[in-house]
Amino acid sequence: MTAIVFDKVWKEYGDHVVLERINLEIAPRSFVALVGPSGCGKTTFLRMLLGEEAATRGTILVDGKPLKVEPDADRGVVFQRYSVFPHLTVLQNVMIGREFETSRFLGKLFGAKRKQAEDEARTLLDAVGLNDHENKYPAALSGGMQQRLALAQALNRKPKILLLDEPFGALDPGIRADIHVLIRKIWNENDLTVVMVTHDLSEAFRLGTRVIAFERPRNRPEELERYGATLGSEAPGEIARPSGPQPGASITRDFEVWPKKIAAPVGGAASVPDTPSVAKAAE
Amino acid sequence: MRLLNIKPDRAWTVALAALPFFALIVAYMVGSGIRLAENPNDKLLPSFTAMAEAVKHYALEADPRSGLYLMWNDTLSSLSLLLTALAISTFIALVVGILIGLLPIAGATFGPVVAVASMVPPLALLPILFIIMGLGDGAKISLIVIGTTLKLVRDMALRVKDIPAELLIKAQTLGASTWQIALRVVLPQMLPRLIDSVRLEIGPAWLFLIAAEAIAADSGLGYRIFLVRRYLAMDVIIPYVIWITVLAFLMDLALRLLQRKAFPWFAGARTA
Ligand SMILES: Nc1ncnc2c1ncn2[C@@H]1O[C@H](COP(=O)(O)OP(=O)(O)OP(=O)(O)O)[C@@H](O)[C@H]1O
Ligand SMILES: [Mg+2]
Repeated sequence: MTAIVFDKVWKEYGDHVVLERINLEIAPRSFVALVGPSGCGKTTFLRMLLGEEAATRGTILVDGKPLKVEPDADRGVVFQRYSVFPHLTVLQNVMIGREFETSRFLGKLFGAKRKQAEDEARTLLDAVGLNDHENKYPAALSGGMQQRLALAQALNRKPKILLLDEPFGALDPGIRADIHVLIRKIWNENDLTVVMVTHDLSEAFRLGTRVIAFERPRNRPEELERYGATLGSEAPGEIARPSGPQPGASITRDFEVWPKKIAAPVGGAASVPDTPSVAKAAE
Repeated sequence: MRLLNIKPDRAWTVALAALPFFALIVAYMVGSGIRLAENPNDKLLPSFTAMAEAVKHYALEADPRSGLYLMWNDTLSSLSLLLTALAISTFIALVVGILIGLLPIAGATFGPVVAVASMVPPLALLPILFIIMGLGDGAKISLIVIGTTLKLVRDMALRVKDIPAELLIKAQTLGASTWQIALRVVLPQMLPRLIDSVRLEIGPAWLFLIAAEAIAADSGLGYRIFLVRRYLAMDVIIPYVIWITVLAFLMDLALRLLQRKAFPWFAGARTA
């Protein structure tokens, strides 16, 4: 049960405002799909949630506590690329999470413990349909198989939050459909809150309990650099911009939000709260 | 068909590779033949028979004064210095390179000093080394180590930084500590790349070894070449140079094979 709160979060790189005033409450066990045009800051958003990047302003809370400042085993991730270790076989890739957990010094297990970790890993490989490939190296796998491997690897440490950055962007539609089934199953069977970035609206609506769009105002091209994408439903002119590196700039608020509820997770526990909270309007 | 699409088959590949070597040998024989026809005592381009004689003398007959087979003795002496030095610099490069590449604190501390130090021409340090360490093996090993380590360190650090950030983040989301990441993610990915870097440093290592041996030594391949230079003994020098080249080539080949056998994942990962 992991709730995530973004409270007036800004992200800037130097003069470049990437994300502006993000207010967001994510209910436990949501499946949030994040859509938006390229470069609007979706990956940046995930990286903040991951603890890889700090917010320039504002706070991010997970279960009421400030987000840990560096990545940890509570937050699993699957990137679009480079998600699995090229020097480890499929089985070793899944197992390594357990090895990190139980062998502090060597990061490697031997004997009975290794056997046990291997069996666990095989169960996961079974779930993602890779059981016949456990001794291959990732380079010998197709893109879809690599992403399924990355999922199994991330799930091995039983994260509370699963972050997916366009994990299926490179896959062809047939394979995508298979993985969609898999990811829904994973979400239903584990106590997971999922945040997924995607470019594919139909994927977003098919998988998400909630779809959120990031957009950057585009009215004045010369100001594109200066405005971050905004999330929320505040009216124009309500908030004064904090004195930033570009005095006099104002915000062109042109945002859209689709807090659309989609089907409740099939086969999920009856207690799963699945009311998507509407993106919080700014005060 | 476009030229860039024409690929030689196996037989042709071998034939084409042999062609330049063959041409070199023929050119040498012609040149040597012309000079020897003019003056049978010419020393500059000795005939292959003369070189074979010299090799036989140096490799297969014990030196009457010392009782040593000079060519083998020289080879052993040079190789032991070279391999010791390369082992030391490889080890340093691996440890320091990973530290600099992986830890921002270490990068900030040692990155600049390594970058500056690697610009010092190592040969200019040779006199200093001889003064400090004397004319023994220590100075020669030090020269090779200094000459190759800094480049290897920089190379390693750059390659560590080339590891996609995603992989390091991923390891952290699997609960890995810095130490575990260094040991299980970075080190194994660096070893095959280190082999690539060391292969490129074999040439410089020989250069420094021969330079040091030329100045102060009593055995070694470089020592011998510079010794017999006084007698214009090209029939010794040329086979020695060829022998050094063969040794360097075999070292390179051995490292390439080691890379392929020990890191089967690497070929696939490199193209991916
Ligand atoms: N480390 C950084 N330094 C400076 N600017 C950055 C950095 N990372 C991202 N940006 C900028 O932030 C903006 C948002 O980048 P981000 O990668 O989050 O976009 P995205 O929404 O994920 O795009 P895409 O859909 O193409 O993946 C981009 O304009 C990018 O140039
Ligand atoms: Mg992105």
